[in-house]
Amino acid sequence: MDAVAVRQPEMAHEPHPRESFIRHYIFSIDHKMIGKQYFLTTMFMALVGGAMAMLMRAHLGWPDNGVLSPEQYLQAVTMHGTIMIFFFLTVMLTGGLGNLLIPLMIGARDMAFPFLNMISYWTFVPGVITILLSYFVPGGPAGNGWTAYAPLSAVPAAEGGAGLGQTLWIIAILFVVISSLFGSLNFLTTVINLRTRGMSMGRLPLTIWGAFVTAVLALLSFPVLMAALGLLLLDRLAGTSFFEASNLIIGGAASTHQGGDALLWQHLFWFFGHPEVYILILTPMGVVSDIISTFSRKPIFGYKAMVLSLAAIGFLSFLVWGHHMFVSGMHPLLGAAFMGSTIIIAIPSAIKTFNWCTTLWHGRIHFTTAMLFAIGFVSVFVTGGLSGIFLAIAPVDLYLHDTYFIVAHFHFVMASASLFAILAGTYYWFPKFFGRMMNETLGKIHFALTFLGIYGTFYPMHFIGLHSNDRRLYETTAYPFLSHTGPVDVFVSLSAFLLGFAQLFFIANFLWSLKYGPVAGDNPWHANGLEWTTTTPPPHGNWEGALPAVYRWPYDYSVPGARDDYVPQTVQAIPLVAAAGAGGGEA
Amino acid sequence: MAAVGTHEAEQTAASRWAGGRSPFDVGWGKLMMWLFLMSDALTFSGMLVGLWTLRLGSPTWPDRAHIMNIRLVGVMTAILICSSTTMALSVYETRRGARRRAVWFLTATILAGFAFAALQATEWTHFILDGARLNTNPWGVPAFSFTFFIITGYHGLHVVGGCVYLWAMAHRIAKGLSGAGGLEVAGLYWGFVDLVWVFIWPSIYLL
Ligand code: HEM
Ligand SMILES: [Cu+2]
Repeated sequence: MDAVAVRQPEMAHEPHPRESFIRHYIFSIDHKMIGKQYFLTTMFMALVGGAMAMLMRAHLGWPDNGVLSPEQYLQAVTMHGTIMIFFFLTVMLTGGLGNLLIPLMIGARDMAFPFLNMISYWTFVPGVITILLSYFVPGGPAGNGWTAYAPLSAVPAAEGGAGLGQTLWIIAILFVVISSLFGSLNFLTTVINLRTRGMSMGRLPLTIWGAFVTAVLALLSFPVLMAALGLLLLDRLAGTSFFEASNLIIGGAASTHQGGDALLWQHLFWFFGHPEVYILILTPMGVVSDIISTFSRKPIFGYKAMVLSLAAIGFLSFLVWGHHMFVSGMHPLLGAAFMGSTIIIAIPSAIKTFNWCTTLWHGRIHFTTAMLFAIGFVSVFVTGGLSGIFLAIAPVDLYLHDTYFIVAHFHFVMASASLFAILAGTYYWFPKFFGRMMNETLGKIHFALTFLGIYGTFYPMHFIGLHSNDRRLYETTAYPFLSHTGPVDVFVSLSAFLLGFAQLFFIANFLWSLKYGPVAGDNPWHANGLEWTTTTPPPHGNWEGALPAVYRWPYDYSVPGARDDYVPQTVQAIPLVAAAGAGGGEA
Repeated sequence: MAAVGTHEAEQTAASRWAGGRSPFDVGWGKLMMWLFLMSDALTFSGMLVGLWTLRLGSPTWPDRAHIMNIRLVGVMTAILICSSTTMALSVYETRRGARRRAVWFLTATILAGFAFAALQATEWTHFILDGARLNTNPWGVPAFSFTFFIITGYHGLHVVGGCVYLWAMAHRIAKGLSGAGGLEVAGLYWGFVDLVWVFIWPSIYLL
């Protein structure tokens, strides 16, 4: 009974003696290499997106200096949002962390279909190239916001960047969408079919649950965006007019397009868009749960509630899209329904927050950098979640819609929270994948500056927003009612620069540790997950010899009477400190 | 008192989802096809929602019975539905090991697919000769023609793509490279293309 041979479809995982450079580094089908490719590509995109943010703040802090022209400003806003959401967070969490972690945490040799995994990355790359290319076409890149509202996005003559730039934008996003669809097919199949012996769904680490629900959301929401983008492209190139209403006047002349509906775009977009924002937070929620449990040396509190609330959020996220459209003139009853569903979705989010706090409660907390970022995640998530409740109330939202209050809301609850989880995850798993520890001192400086930078940048935006500063306004000085917010904008800009500067510590730390970090053992954090039971870095096929069998959930920390304060998932009988008495077991 | 170690408990609670096996007893290919079809269904839904939004928002909508050959479309539909039967028969014959017969049924399915596409092309030709374009048409409701072209076109691409897929499968079955499992996955796809048409047909021609 003891020597459990795990049966898994073996997929040619005999160690390859020597792979060519191209097979190994470029067209690799090993999930770890693909994960690293995604990780580095999206990190690079984060730098591009971050540079856009710096430009925006350079303009908004000192609007009279003319750092950016109005068109350039709108293009910077658009490209910042587009790149951060589609090319950094979405793909980093799925392609990057998902690829790196899923097979290792469930005990699989690789993804279910490694070749499709490789195709998925190489579908993402043309998207990256296309979006970067759009900077160099006449008129520049798209300037219509990451939501690409019609009819502005449907009319090539609308403004600078609405020409070829907008077309390339659509094509680039289509690449990302298709690549993500391939990815989620692989992730779902892998988690369903390839869990190792004993790794029941009820023993999955929450990171994997997060990635799993994320893949479901991506599978069901991205195709709708794909349809919408396809129709938009046809509107622009082929003369259909799905999104252009009749009798539009463009540049003084009546448009030839007839019979479309601009609100159709909003509905299709937000049907995707709201699940998308949860695509960007569910994996982070899982990552943070795992890190908080590890470094509190306590089991995660309320595992079942955590899983159920992930599922509930996933389900509800398809029913709330209308809260982005309260001002679109929808029927008040419909508005009320969306308001109700939106308030309900706050409940599972709150459950998770309480569970994190309860896990921390009375824990023996190790303040590693990863842990600091995880705790920081809870902080920014709560701050942003609370402003979400304001926005859920339709009459309040009529006033706050499209102001900086929204910008504050989603930068806390989504952007910062996701970023914190990604950074926490990087500090936490870096040793496993690169074999060395990251520097904790630099890490803590990075955390402190980032945390201050985030609050300094986004907290004051609530107040600017309450002053009715429109979120895409170029010329803030032109309106007397905004005259008080000028100094706040300066403060925000300075904080944003601090935030940008702080990331240099991360980059330096990352590069330095790759080469000079202390060598990490197999399990430097004394953590329980399966990924820590293999060698560091994991070999091709992830485990030498047979795949491990799993006997417990990954949260057996500080089991009373046990010899160590952690019990990895592969341990069958807990080694006890003394012979008699204490019993352990699964919580 | 919980015993140290949970192996016994696990034995009794051993379920389909306990790991080490596929809970639905299907390989990744079939599972992936199911998932892909779910997502593709949502792409079609997005388009059909687009059609109905524009249609309900339009003051008038042309009478299809006067413009299109509804009977021809009925024939197309019948052909497509019959092709699902030959597809199923082909899977059945492969499972029995009758590869030759399986390939014959597959060929029938492919021919039906091409017949459907050809009739669709005739439809398009008539429609275009009548003056329908992506941005205008003689009946004064542009959305009528562009939704028609885009939605039937996207479905038509699925049919033609499916024919290529089935052709490749026929080749593999004939050579003995694929078994009933692989063919069943292709059958799922073909059934889906059929099913989607059952939603497109009334939305565009009947209602
Ligand atoms: C506590 C639960 C939440 C509630 C009640 C809530 C509510 C809202 C509402 C009503 C809006 C629309 C505001 C407007 O445009 O007028 C909004 C915007 C937004 N929310 Fe939330 N939200 C919540 C949590 C989240 C989470 C967890 C995320 C992401 C992880 C998120 C991301 C966003 C984004 C990105 C936008 C702005 C989209 C845009 O217009 O560009 N929200 N939220
Ligand atoms: Cu939303």
